[in-house]
Amino acid sequence: MQRYSFAALARRALGRHRGWTPLWRKAAPKPRYHVVIIGGGGHGLATAYYLAKEHGIRDVAVLEKGAIGLGNTGRNTTIIRSNYLWDESARIYEHSLKLWEGLSRELNFNLMLSQRGVLNLAHTLADVREGVRRVNANRLNGIDAEWLEPEAVKRFCPILSIDRAARYPVLGATLQRRGGVARHDAVAWGYARAADAQGVDIVENCEVTAIRTTGGRVGEIETSRGTIFADKLAICAAGHSSVLAAMAGVRLPLQSHPLQALVSEPVKPVLDCVVMSNTVHVYVSQSDKGELVMGAGIDAFNSYAQRGSFPIIEAQMAAALELFPLFSKLKMLRSWAGIVDVSPDASPIVGKLPIDGLYLNGGWGTGGFKATPGAGHLFAHTIAHDAPHPLAAPFALDRFTSGALVDEHGAAAVAH
Amino acid sequence: MLLIPCPWCGERDETEFRYGGEAHISRAPNPDAVDDAAWADYLYMRDNLKGVFAERWVHQAGCRRWFKLLRDTVSHRIIAVYKIGETPPPGSLPAGSHGGDP
Repeated sequence: MQRYSFAALARRALGRHRGWTPLWRKAAPKPRYHVVIIGGGGHGLATAYYLAKEHGIRDVAVLEKGAIGLGNTGRNTTIIRSNYLWDESARIYEHSLKLWEGLSRELNFNLMLSQRGVLNLAHTLADVREGVRRVNANRLNGIDAEWLEPEAVKRFCPILSIDRAARYPVLGATLQRRGGVARHDAVAWGYARAADAQGVDIVENCEVTAIRTTGGRVGEIETSRGTIFADKLAICAAGHSSVLAAMAGVRLPLQSHPLQALVSEPVKPVLDCVVMSNTVHVYVSQSDKGELVMGAGIDAFNSYAQRGSFPIIEAQMAAALELFPLFSKLKMLRSWAGIVDVSPDASPIVGKLPIDGLYLNGGWGTGGFKATPGAGHLFAHTIAHDAPHPLAAPFALDRFTSGALVDEHGAAAVAH
Repeated sequence: MLLIPCPWCGERDETEFRYGGEAHISRAPNPDAVDDAAWADYLYMRDNLKGVFAERWVHQAGCRRWFKLLRDTVSHRIIAVYKIGETPPPGSLPAGSHGGDP
């Protein structure tokens, strides 16, 4: 692997930038692997990287039906935070945030992590109570969290309207200063490069079409690039989790929905933090290019189409203008959708499935991007030891039978 | 944007409707008799099909009546509409769905 540094950059510049090598090999699938990971997004690539690095398992393939990072990894609004209410969620998301903080150095790849602070606004008395409770819960879990009164919110984010006469006035906000944004593509590329350097085969344009099980164990996988035998098979396919699990005869408590986002034309720096609101339901940040990046809630109906309906965007823009009246002159450049797999309790499923050698990391719904390093780290442990990592144990599939749900729906910020 | 054919009111804008999720999921006649796994299956497990999918909708801002659609979850094309208590039109039922019971 070519290491990136200022010296390397200077050297290549003198050579007119010839000699840069691709970030990863275009691997052709071998007939057999110890671990096959389905899904070449951030989660799948992180899983492969940690399998190789932490557990010494290098006989690994990542199968991606398209190209690396073009699914939800390239479609999210890049927000990172860990201010979840329940202990189980706080631990798993904080584990991830801690990994984010050292990741650019570890991967030798600039992930452009910007810990610019995430505000979660409160517009009603119920929001205020929920916010203060969540701040206290976060602090008990060792997560940085602050409660800001409206004037302090205005100081932190001056362009935000705190007009008391507004239909949804800002009554305060929670602030996680360590929250922020990262470059989403870079996460996939950085993990792909690092995993490839450890010997992982990254196989693009390779769609899984069938999973064969024998005697309650995974075996052969049919793909668009031939049959592959796997001792262990790990699903990291986000919106397509149900489709892949069904190939092995497993039903999941997941529903796939479009989640839309959009960006404005680029403007000069105007917003230097992330602002989220559940009640009016929008979340906004400004990218380094100057575009305002906005997301909101899912389309209610099931879909695999990577596009949603216009009323969602209309409601989202109305919410944005309520908070930021000065955005009213902005033009929106483009919108898109990713397919998210939403679980009944808005928490992920990370663990073993009822077939030997079959594992699932899914159900992250609308909030999977921030969890990329943590999910990969815990999932790799789960695969390597054939038993869940303690932090992932509460997120097993059997919680839907036992009733031990991790209900983050109404609890933490619903918007991810 | 979906244009949804309510069986009573005709085609209306998607915003008049609420979504009711996967259709043809029946509560056990005697809930006390089923085990935890069967109860979890009823409450939480879903086919979440890619392709033709049977689903429930309610015309919330119209006649406020429930009905069912067969809709393709990839193309969003609506294939059939039928009322509660009815079965999907012959030949239109998605492969692999539990469909049939009202």
